[in-house]
Amino acid sequence: MDRKLGIMLFAAVMVFSLSCSGCGKKQEDLNTISVWHWMIDRNKALEELAAKYEQQTGIKVKIDLFAPSEAYTQKVVASAQAKVLPDIYGILDKKEIFSAFIKGGFIADLTPDFKANNSEWENWFFPKALDVNRFVEGNVYGVKPGIYGVPLDVTNIQMLYNVKLLKKAGVKAPPQTFSEFLEAIQALKRVGVSGLVSGWGELWMLDCFSSNYAFNIMGEEKIMATYRGEVPYTDPDWIKVLDVFKQLVDKGALLEGVVTKANKYAEQDFALERAAFAFNGSWCVNVYNGMNPSLEYGVMLPPAINSNLPMKIWGGAGSSLVVNNMSPRKDKAIAFLKWLSEKDQQTYLAKETKNLPSNREALAEIPEVLSSFASVMDQATHPTFWALNEDPIVSEVFLKGIQSILIGEKTPEQIAQEVQKVKQEQLSKKKK
Amino acid sequence: MSVVATNPTHLKPRTLIIQDNLKNLSFIMPAVILFSIFYIYPFFEIFRLSLQDWNGISPDRSWVGLANFAELMKDKVWWTSVWHASYITLIALTFQNALAFALALACDRQIRMKKFYQVIFFLPPVLSEVVVGLIWQWILNAGVQGGQQIGILNYWLVQSGLPGLVNNWLSNPETALTCIAVVHCWKGFGWGFIMLLAGLQTIDHQLYEAAKVDGAGAWSTFRHVTLPMMLPVISVVVILTILGSMQVFVLIKAMVSQGLGYHTEVPVTRILLAMQGTNRFGYACSMGVTFGIILVCLSLLSKTFGSKTKQ
Repeated sequence: MDRKLGIMLFAAVMVFSLSCSGCGKKQEDLNTISVWHWMIDRNKALEELAAKYEQQTGIKVKIDLFAPSEAYTQKVVASAQAKVLPDIYGILDKKEIFSAFIKGGFIADLTPDFKANNSEWENWFFPKALDVNRFVEGNVYGVKPGIYGVPLDVTNIQMLYNVKLLKKAGVKAPPQTFSEFLEAIQALKRVGVSGLVSGWGELWMLDCFSSNYAFNIMGEEKIMATYRGEVPYTDPDWIKVLDVFKQLVDKGALLEGVVTKANKYAEQDFALERAAFAFNGSWCVNVYNGMNPSLEYGVMLPPAINSNLPMKIWGGAGSSLVVNNMSPRKDKAIAFLKWLSEKDQQTYLAKETKNLPSNREALAEIPEVLSSFASVMDQATHPTFWALNEDPIVSEVFLKGIQSILIGEKTPEQIAQEVQKVKQEQLSKKKK
Repeated sequence: MSVVATNPTHLKPRTLIIQDNLKNLSFIMPAVILFSIFYIYPFFEIFRLSLQDWNGISPDRSWVGLANFAELMKDKVWWTSVWHASYITLIALTFQNALAFALALACDRQIRMKKFYQVIFFLPPVLSEVVVGLIWQWILNAGVQGGQQIGILNYWLVQSGLPGLVNNWLSNPETALTCIAVVHCWKGFGWGFIMLLAGLQTIDHQLYEAAKVDGAGAWSTFRHVTLPMMLPVISVVVILTILGSMQVFVLIKAMVSQGLGYHTEVPVTRILLAMQGTNRFGYACSMGVTFGIILVCLSLLSKTFGSKTKQ
């Protein structure tokens, strides 16, 4: 009886130990770097570069893809909470969350590496690409000034036009101003062609388009003043921004169903020539090439409303990778990222994935359409560059409000009032 | 005295009782430990987080007590999202389950190609929700190219001489949620069908024969034999329908993304937005706890209703 009991207790202890064995620390392999990313289109190229790096240095680089990006973000956040992040990973979130990762000790400060040898590594990059990963002196997030990530490529979001469809409608040149754009839409309608398509079912795409016009209509200072609570959303300039969407609806400029369209469907619509204009990012070159290699299209800035202020577009680092500050292979991870951003590797990535390289020296060898994207990099801006960002709760109401305008449910004035009400609530909460 | 004599534990020495208890514990301990780690601990952690203000990353979490719940009670968008999920659930409870029951009744009879129909009806549930969403998005597409409808439904309406019924199905607030509900029913009715069919096949056929001998007609047999015998299965199907429909999410993401203002928001999309969009983990957890309580209440309610009907 005692023996039986002993066996049973032993079995129970074994089951418990086995189930807990996964919780124990694995033996560290100091010659294998682990990279987590979300870029389906770049996975093959990254794996090939990793193999090349292993041949050159003997350091194995394990590339793990977790897609889609939403699932990746969840995985990274959960892994940070459990302190099981890989050596190299990316943050696909607002600067506030980026700063929370830094303050939590999850991201290494790469400033000494970038600044070494008279900023040799820093000088390889487009300044805008590094700005996404840079925290300046006195930043509102309370992060120690420095550079915390390595941009793999740069991107910007502009408008694209279908050469063949514009020609069919008799539109000789891509429109420069918003009124020219609306005229082109009417010409397209006369020949049965839909106007603009974009993935406005995704709130960030709406955020991007609306902030382009906010910069053009009122400029950065007034936008920041609004975020600080000094200018209300009921200001005529903000109503003008919202009115852009109303005009697009009223003039029938949008492809049916644009308000619930994910960007991948919008890309499909433009590639299959269902719309003459698209609002999309430079990654589209690769996407369109896959969907319709014979598509003839050009790149243009969103048509401006105000000629006194420049049309700013979202751009900067397309995808950046950071180094886990808690990793025992931190130095090896930094060395790999430095190698990855060298001219040869950047040229290879640009050619294979048709993305803009973050290394300026690799720019000479990119396709022509990509050059058009690259030519306006100096007009790029991004929420991560700004001194401060809007409260996410206010942003949500603003963007959902734009969707309400797009479905003809509410007017710009109504939305402005609703957003201002929420803004005031958030401001008074913060004061408390 | 007699009570003591009939209770065997009183005959055992104390050490044997302890050994017995230890033996029993050794059997259940692994399960208890695993259950505690993967179910009980996360539940308490979610509840604890719902009382805090936390962005999900920062080591600083501030204790806010019931403030998240108080805010949630006043959150109109949240309650609208609960109503949207309830609307989808109501359609699923009626349309989806009625269809499943009708088809199960048809397949319970001696009909030709019975197995084939069973396979066909069970196909939608085994498809991924993302795939179903994409297929239906294609069917309900409202786009036009070269004067022709791209979406199959609109194309078919035009070809059938009903161009007046052509609609922007997924981008019209009046039709979007109903379209999602219908697709959800199309995807889900197969589960109900299989469970109800299995239930129907357990009913003793002698009962039907007895009803026939007593002169009962088809409707009377259904009402007095089939329905009472099926009540336990129906009760389970109802509970599973409520739980599945209230938590609809993937289909919405696949069909309308984050679109249409607040017209297609359901509780799970609000929880996700609170976590990822506004980085309010504490508030998201308070939503999760509240939503869990709503689901438990609905399940208990339907169970009680099922028991009362049975009586």
